Amino acid sequence: MSLVLIAIGLLVASALAAFLLARAPRLATLCGVGGAMLAGLAGLIPSLRILLTGANESFVMPWSMPGGSLHIGLDAVSAVFLIPIFLITALAALYGGSYLRPFWGKRAIGFSWFCFNLLTACLILVVVARNGLLFLMAWEGMSLASFFLVVFEHDKKEAREAGWLYLVATHLGAAFLLIFFALLAREAHSFDFDCIGAMPQTIANAAFLLAVIGFGTKAGFMPLHVWLPEAHPAAPSHVSAVLSGIMIKTGIYGLVRTLILLGNPPVWWGWTLVGIGLSSGILGVVYALAQHDLKRLLAYCSVENIGIIALGLGLGVLGLSMGHPLVAQLGFGGALLHVVNHALFKGLLFLGAGAVAHSTGTRDMDRLGGLAKIMPWTALTFIIGSAAIAGLPPLNGFVGEFLVYYGALIACLPGGMANPLPAVGIVAGLALIGGLAAACFAKAFGIVFLGEPRTDAARQAHECGWSMRLPMIILAAACVLIGFGAPWAVAALKPAIADLAGVPAAQVFSATGRSMMLLMEVTIGFAAAAGVVVLLGFIRRRLLKNRPVRFAPTWGCGYAAPTPRMQYTGSSFALWFVDAFRWILRTERHRSLPQGYFPDAAFMTTETPDGFRELIFRPVFAQIRWALASLRWIQHGRLQVYILYIAATLVALLIWYASCL
Amino acid sequence: MGLETLFVFLVLTGLVLLGSSLLRSSIRMVAMQGAALSFLPLLVMESSWAGRAVFLAALTMGLKGIVFPVLLNRSMREANVRREMEPLVGYSLSLALGIALLILAFWLADRLHEIGVGISTLSLAAAFFMMFTGLFLIIARRKALTQVLGFLALENGIYSFGLTVVGHIHWLVELGVLLDVFVAVFIMGIAIDHISREFDHINVDQLDQLKG
Amino acid sequence: MNAISWIHMAVALVLAPLLLGAINRTKARIAGRAGAPLLQLYFDLWKLLRKGAVYSRATTWVFRAGPPIGLAAVLGALLLTPFGKSGAVLAFGGDLVLFAYWLGLMRFVTVLAALDTGSSFEGMGAGREVFFSALAEPAFLLGMLGLARATDALSLSTILPGISAATWLAAGPALALIAAAWLVVLLAENARIPVDDPNTHLELTMIHEVMVLDHGGPDLALILYGAALKLWVMSALLVSLLTPIRYGVAWQDALVFLGGMLILAVGIGLIEGAMARLRLTRVPQLLMGALALAALALMLIIK
Repeated sequence: MSLVLIAIGLLVASALAAFLLARAPRLATLCGVGGAMLAGLAGLIPSLRILLTGANESFVMPWSMPGGSLHIGLDAVSAVFLIPIFLITALAALYGGSYLRPFWGKRAIGFSWFCFNLLTACLILVVVARNGLLFLMAWEGMSLASFFLVVFEHDKKEAREAGWLYLVATHLGAAFLLIFFALLAREAHSFDFDCIGAMPQTIANAAFLLAVIGFGTKAGFMPLHVWLPEAHPAAPSHVSAVLSGIMIKTGIYGLVRTLILLGNPPVWWGWTLVGIGLSSGILGVVYALAQHDLKRLLAYCSVENIGIIALGLGLGVLGLSMGHPLVAQLGFGGALLHVVNHALFKGLLFLGAGAVAHSTGTRDMDRLGGLAKIMPWTALTFIIGSAAIAGLPPLNGFVGEFLVYYGALIACLPGGMANPLPAVGIVAGLALIGGLAAACFAKAFGIVFLGEPRTDAARQAHECGWSMRLPMIILAAACVLIGFGAPWAVAALKPAIADLAGVPAAQVFSATGRSMMLLMEVTIGFAAAAGVVVLLGFIRRRLLKNRPVRFAPTWGCGYAAPTPRMQYTGSSFALWFVDAFRWILRTERHRSLPQGYFPDAAFMTTETPDGFRELIFRPVFAQIRWALASLRWIQHGRLQVYILYIAATLVALLIWYASCL
Repeated sequence: MGLETLFVFLVLTGLVLLGSSLLRSSIRMVAMQGAALSFLPLLVMESSWAGRAVFLAALTMGLKGIVFPVLLNRSMREANVRREMEPLVGYSLSLALGIALLILAFWLADRLHEIGVGISTLSLAAAFFMMFTGLFLIIARRKALTQVLGFLALENGIYSFGLTVVGHIHWLVELGVLLDVFVAVFIMGIAIDHISREFDHINVDQLDQLKG
Repeated sequence: MNAISWIHMAVALVLAPLLLGAINRTKARIAGRAGAPLLQLYFDLWKLLRKGAVYSRATTWVFRAGPPIGLAAVLGALLLTPFGKSGAVLAFGGDLVLFAYWLGLMRFVTVLAALDTGSSFEGMGAGREVFFSALAEPAFLLGMLGLARATDALSLSTILPGISAATWLAAGPALALIAAAWLVVLLAENARIPVDDPNTHLELTMIHEVMVLDHGGPDLALILYGAALKLWVMSALLVSLLTPIRYGVAWQDALVFLGGMLILAVGIGLIEGAMARLRLTRVPQLLMGALALAALALMLIIK
């Protein structure tokens, strides 16, 4: 526990140091990166220990804020979220040190590291806070720090707009959270989490809805996700990794904590979560397939994976409410494991995308290509991340989804849940999402890294330095390790699952009759397949040893002058999907066709704006703006009249207070 | 077992109707629906009505299985159409919506099957699905001929719903309904003929040019 | 996991190319030709294994890693496939998910190897392949879910051997619908007419054939053998569904199973010989139809 506090202290101290050293970018970077990495190391130790031993810790300090107290606690659920926080932020900081190098002297590096370390400190505080007010303060700090990080390149219009959208969205969500915590505090007469006990069902239902909207805005549930595809690409890549890998998980953490605090869920909570999961998952990946910008694609994939986590949580809640504990444990287990997994591989993918953007100067996939020959390490880690996020064996993404599938299968059996329809929906939805995600990442990896470079920008790329490669290699290794070490990873999660499912840790998965080594055969299968791959590789090498092995250009069907621009582009690859889902995507096409006998250059661009933003949020906000425009007359700019307003309000309050005495 | 196969067959014909663009096969599907439904009174009605049941079955089979397809094929030839080329809702989307309608039909049937004794969920679901399919065809297709087919499918659905819920029919009512449908198809065939001669096509979404 | 499962797996490894040979022979006979020998694929594999290799300069290690990883993935699926009444080599609850995802891995690496060549043909085939399989996979898994509920079991090795004549009597129409849906998925995933034409190399008809256009030598041998094994594995599931005869005696069950596979191969050959390839824009409708059949079957079983 004290180590976590030391970690927070280190982060705050290094943040201040970086801020003060803003004139010297090298020293500021050193402070920032060093602080983040030391804090990460310091924090990982107690988190792992809590998870492995299952003992909870707590720390209270009085605070001058009315109703608040510095109540911090570390339990298994917090530990599950803390491990990715410490790991990803430390690695992202290491990466960011080199990534921000080209910006030294041009932008505020010191301020950026100040915000980064403060963001990390607030992330930790959110996950360990046990007091509503402390939670809200940490939440707000997290939002503000990330806002400043998102508008790092504030001279670019799109970054400014993204930051603005993000700020509005996160504060709207925070408004719901304020009401949520106020509601809970009124029931429990205290803001402290430990005091929240049983409450009438209507209050609990209202609290659940508020939590879903408030935390869902941060997590990125559809249709509250509209800020995600703008903010995550606009931020620098190491920040995107933290935003996508960690910050949206704090929304999930809030939802998990709400479920633990409220307890005894009714069935419709599970249906809501499953519905949100299906819509976010399927629509998220469909939008991802239609994107050209690599980081925007990754942002929409984050929405998809949050959908998968919501499916797991929904399955768990359904299991709890329909009295099927094994289904509940499997659902929650899958959701928690996917939280960790997604942090790992999405962090990895964003760091890789950043490396690509850093060395080629563009994020447009259709201008890249052939980078695997120029950036072999980045390509290797990116392909591991892609296969992991598509849920393919033998990596970690499959293991998380397998738990949810298994739970849904058990729920569909005759002895399972009374109404198996949501479980059927989960199986069908996960199957569809899996296929679409595999297509999406075949596109992302294939178009960017494989084939030939399509433009000069891609041809002149270079591999990034070791301080950028090392974090990606570590994350890729973690993906492979969790994939092959699935039984142990799931066993480590048992205390957290126990908290969510309301059973003692020893009983988790006991209904399967083999709680210790639940996924052992999966690992055996993986190991066998890996062995076969190695064996086949050897056989092929022996076969080709004394035989002619030549190199030739790719067969182009006899075209006289082939160019790399003739390769399949990302848009062509995804054309079937964009066409099939055109009702939802509403892709706009701008083109000028070749004309005349000796046609000039022609062009065609496609653009897929976010449907929810265009059809729902933009009109609604336009209406609100129009309605409020009639109140413009209050803002006339005269200082004395403003002071008159303040004075009049004070006098009115005094009169009211005096008359009530 | 036989009854279950019959209802599954009806649902399958509905699915084929949703997904097929060839008018000829759509006409054949509706005819097969009608023919299958003509066996329903024999399986459902009580034995005291046996003679009437056989007569009703023969009449339904004759009308729905033979006369209607002949009429519709004739109008198809006269209007010189073979395929529904550009429906308002594409075929893959129609099938996807069909799956959703199937789920809705099963859910409704599950809710409603306590209203009578011995009514199986499957029969209610098949009836609802045929009704939904008929309505969907009327709404989502352009050619007038397909809309007639949709109307027939809707009528098939209502017929099978009535039969399974009520269990026996006052045969005068049933004869009246059959006469109505026969006249309707006959008139629609003539109307299609006239439309196609006047406009050179039978796309109903362009009929709004007729307004003043 | 017992000796019989290992023997069955060895039989599968040996006989898989024969299945393709039977299909091609049936197709040829229908068309009035004599057709290639039944053992043609074996001769092809032997020829390819003795060749050298030509690699495109545009490719990287991804291209070379594609065939071994694909073959290993389908072998992983083979480990999970039961034969007749005996279980598979590796069996556990939920292994049907791993089965589907092993095939997904095979598809993923083949697509990446295709994109690695930088050829527009292969990109075209890759784009079609990922789309059609995204539609086929839910149909497969929904059918599997229906079978799991009908037999009240969670593992391939308990679901498929658990399908007996009694199961067919109780849920006949539903099982028939699942078999039809699985047949469509089998035809789509294994590049058979009416979805894809395995004989031509025209860009209009190619999905699987075009993705492996640039492989040669031992790589192509690995790919062809992997494709034969994929066909075997998916046919094994369909045959187990369609032949609910379980004697309980190992060699009799094996005989029934192999007979079923042969009949299925002839059936696929008949379908291929009698039909023409569908227009490519109709293939999604066919797969949606399969999905609708599987959904209907599932609802029939649940009610």
